[in-house]
Amino acid sequence: MPHDHHDHLSPSGHPYRADDDTPLSYWQTMEIAVRELLVEKDITTAEEINAQIDAMDARSPAIGAAVVARAWCDPEFKIRLLADASAASREMGFDIGPMHLIALENTANTHNIVVCTLCSCYPRNLLGLPPDWYKSRAYRSRAVVEPRKVLSEFGLTLPDEMQVRVHDSTADMRYIVVPAQPEGSFGQTEEELAAWITRDSMIGVGLPQAPQ
Amino acid sequence: MGTPALANEPLAVGTSVRIRTLMPPGHVRAPVYLRGKTGTIERAIAPFKNPEQLAYGLPAKEHMLYRVRFRAGDVWDKNAENPDDMIEAEIYAHWIEKMDQSHAA
Amino acid sequence: MDTQTDGRRWHDMGGQDAGPICDAQHDFSFWEKRVDALMVLCSGKGYFTVDGLRRVLEDMGEEAFETMSYYERWIASINQNLIESGAYTTEELAAQMAEVKARGATYGDASLGK
Repeated sequence: MPHDHHDHLSPSGHPYRADDDTPLSYWQTMEIAVRELLVEKDITTAEEINAQIDAMDARSPAIGAAVVARAWCDPEFKIRLLADASAASREMGFDIGPMHLIALENTANTHNIVVCTLCSCYPRNLLGLPPDWYKSRAYRSRAVVEPRKVLSEFGLTLPDEMQVRVHDSTADMRYIVVPAQPEGSFGQTEEELAAWITRDSMIGVGLPQAPQ
Repeated sequence: MGTPALANEPLAVGTSVRIRTLMPPGHVRAPVYLRGKTGTIERAIAPFKNPEQLAYGLPAKEHMLYRVRFRAGDVWDKNAENPDDMIEAEIYAHWIEKMDQSHAA
Repeated sequence: MDTQTDGRRWHDMGGQDAGPICDAQHDFSFWEKRVDALMVLCSGKGYFTVDGLRRVLEDMGEEAFETMSYYERWIASINQNLIESGAYTTEELAAQMAEVKARGATYGDASLGK
């Protein structure tokens, strides 16, 4: 008999989650079995796994936006960010773990875009999990050879006089683009500015947007 | 032809380098589209353990990791959208050959 | 790899022809977040490295990339790495998977709602 997920609790006493209703797949079976074996063997615990899920859930583009907004407001911080983005992020109190981060500054002459052609390396400890398109064959193949065409598909056309720099995240570094502060945003507070800074602008496929 | 980048002689920023054209199987992090291409050292990052060994759970030596900057025109020839655009990638020292520096821009 | 290959591996995609970039993205389901967590925790505990994760993903081949979702490939790779490092045996995994499957037809049932 199907469970009614709106008023029924699981055997453990927790409410069912939306995806609990999905037909069990081979790989989901493996995930459950692997996780249970690891707990049984005291390699990890359910609490540790849940804490890691929560830690990853807490990471989102809002974290990166806060870092960029501070760089827009505080020129000394921006210098530190460009010199050592890991240290600057930690200075703001963000736990980025062991991640090695490099900040890339967009200027009037230069636009930066980040890709991982070999897999899907992404500054996840700052921005959260990457979007599906970043991990796709099309983005990984095309961003290094036709970045301007890729950008136009994202709605961004750059003048010929600007130099595009494509950064292929091939090894231990992770990258965040520091977009140029848009004209209409000057004079706003750091908190107000953070709302302008989108995930896509920190990957380099878009520009900051005035909040709706 | 260049000489391989030596572990104990970090390459200076601006050094003209070429990525080696080796084609091994296995887990390597020098993308094929950059092999054989000439660029310059953008910075020496730090020594890191060789991922080609770590991938198999084997003991791994540290190699200096560099960021290498390439002109799009030098990588893609006439297929480059804008030959003066740049591609920058992290390459481990053992994939790098130091060029005769008369090639430096 | 076909016999006429020049040695470029399938995952080395830079500069290859490809179609339009699809803007689709999905919210990560709970089981996917669990897979992600297992990767971070087990690699942090030294059972394997992110390099080992990648190596297995690459060795799984292009068809896996085309037919399996991102986290399906990740759990397959995490498992392979854990087997190789001796965290558990194939026999133990087989028995556990059978027990899990017997609990019911949905993820919620099979994971005991936990």
